[in-house]
Amino acid sequence: MSDAVPILNALDLSIAYGKDDAVKNVTLPILEKKITAIIGPSGCGKSTFLRSLNRMNDFIDGVSHRGQILYRGSDLYAENVDPVEARLRIGMVFQKANPFPKSIYRNVAWGPGINKLPGDPNERVETALKQAALWDEVSDRLNDSALNLSGGQQQRLCIARALAMEPEIILMDEPCSALDPVSTARIEDLLFELKKKFTIVIVTHNMQQAARVSDYTAFLENGVLIEYGETDQVFTRPKETRTEEYVTGRFG
Amino acid sequence: MTALSRKSIRWGESILERVFFLCAFLSVITTAVVIFILIRETLIFFESVSVTEFLFGTRWTPLLEPKSYGILPLVAGTALIVVGVALLALPIGVACAVFLSEYASARARSIIKPTLEILAGIPTVVYGFFALTFVTPLIRNFIPDTQVFNAASAAIVVGIMVLPMVASLCDDALRAVPQSLRHGAYSLGATSFEVTTRVVVPAGLSGIFAAFVLAVSRAIGETMAVTLAAGATPNLTLNPLESIQTMTAYIVQVSLGDTPAGSLTYQTLFAVATVLFATTLILNIFGTWIMRRFREVYE
Ligand SMILES: Nc1ncnc2c1ncn2[C@@H]1O[C@H](COP(=O)(O)OP(=O)(O)OP(=O)(O)O)[C@@H](O)[C@H]1O
Ligand SMILES: [Mg+2]
Repeated sequence: MSDAVPILNALDLSIAYGKDDAVKNVTLPILEKKITAIIGPSGCGKSTFLRSLNRMNDFIDGVSHRGQILYRGSDLYAENVDPVEARLRIGMVFQKANPFPKSIYRNVAWGPGINKLPGDPNERVETALKQAALWDEVSDRLNDSALNLSGGQQQRLCIARALAMEPEIILMDEPCSALDPVSTARIEDLLFELKKKFTIVIVTHNMQQAARVSDYTAFLENGVLIEYGETDQVFTRPKETRTEEYVTGRFG
Repeated sequence: MTALSRKSIRWGESILERVFFLCAFLSVITTAVVIFILIRETLIFFESVSVTEFLFGTRWTPLLEPKSYGILPLVAGTALIVVGVALLALPIGVACAVFLSEYASARARSIIKPTLEILAGIPTVVYGFFALTFVTPLIRNFIPDTQVFNAASAAIVVGIMVLPMVASLCDDALRAVPQSLRHGAYSLGATSFEVTTRVVVPAGLSGIFAAFVLAVSRAIGETMAVTLAAGATPNLTLNPLESIQTMTAYIVQVSLGDTPAGSLTYQTLFAVATVLFATTLILNIFGTWIMRRFREVYE
């Protein structure tokens, strides 16, 4: 499809909770400095797949992987890989906002702080909050508890928190599901901006969003990758009828 | 029809409501009566002994001539035990809890947690006996000057005694911290040590603090084990290797003796009890204040 080498590459990947496979034999490249959207009906394994990309599934009991995920060509699940190191490079925004019960400032400064990232922490916090389209709303109350923010603001704070780490790849699990259209539009603008520096994988239920922001789209159903391709092609000339049904159904 | 049956349910509810109210009312009344009696009797005591002598006097000898009513030795004895217990039980208790909630496998937990609860049920006199026959000889082995009855031995066994409670309560507090917070921290490249010490423990701090306050209250209130291990010598000292007497131990000593009701010695009971009550009250208020100030509320 493209001759670029994928920064992440899932090869025949299956992920099981106990005995049941939630993701089945998925082969999916994630291309560098592109936005890859993952779409599909609820429960089809999008979050499960996404979590496997930065080893967050390690914390869920009973999860097992078969197949491979390559990060720049080397096995992400190899014995000698430090998952902490991997998560430094591959950040994540969760489906449900999960700010720390700390101040707004300390939420954003926390990750860079414990990892002793270089530079001025204040600047880092400001930049990240601006990128996440939250700065204007919180600049005068950085020391307030993050839990006093609205749900949408909390989600943008979590985005800022991930951005402050300046990872190479950012995994976003429905980052806009709790946001109003204005904030959503700002996050989408942000994604275009971020694409210059970062690789982004975004799970979304919003077809327009996937069509608007992503370069590539993967459609999952029941844990199976039905179709993967350039977003234009997937939305306008899908190869599979199931993709077409899903995509047009949602376009309504 | 429906109206009728609803009516009858309301009747039951209103009766229950009254019963509950009565229970609440009774407990408030009981407390009020206890406080009232304490204060009344303490005031009688202060007719014979000045408040300054009582609060700042350095000798406590109400049972021996020349009689002297300075409560400081009992306060010092109590403080010695409390500080010892806190130093022992709090760090170890929190460490146990961290292990239980963050590192132990489900299987290990299912064994350790009930064991802790059983430990918490051992009668305190057993701990006192354990102090006398095991801990004290052990201490004297290393520091031969140690008195047979000493505060250190008492503090150690009371520390062991409250440890299960502290560990169990702190474990509950840590486990109540939502998993999503841990995941958020891990996703920012934190190690499990960083997640534990910088996200989970701070988020569980209010529960940890509650456990701490309870542990200290128990240390103040513990009588049997302390008397057995630390003796009954009112002694204004901060040396844990000497025999001391705590406030509660004194109350027991006099209550069990043949002190006639109404005598001045008898009145000392109420004065000491009032100080005890005030101490626990202040501790609780202080605890609540600290908790409000430092806790991280989640959700
Ligand atoms: N912790 C878990 N333990 C067991 N099964 C799980 C767990 N998490 C998810 N599953 C199952 O795995 C399947 C995929 O779940 P997943 O959360 O990945 O779906 P999703 O595509 O993200 O759905 P949604 O769009 O609703 O977020 C579902 O059938 C779900 O029930
Ligand atoms: Mg999901």
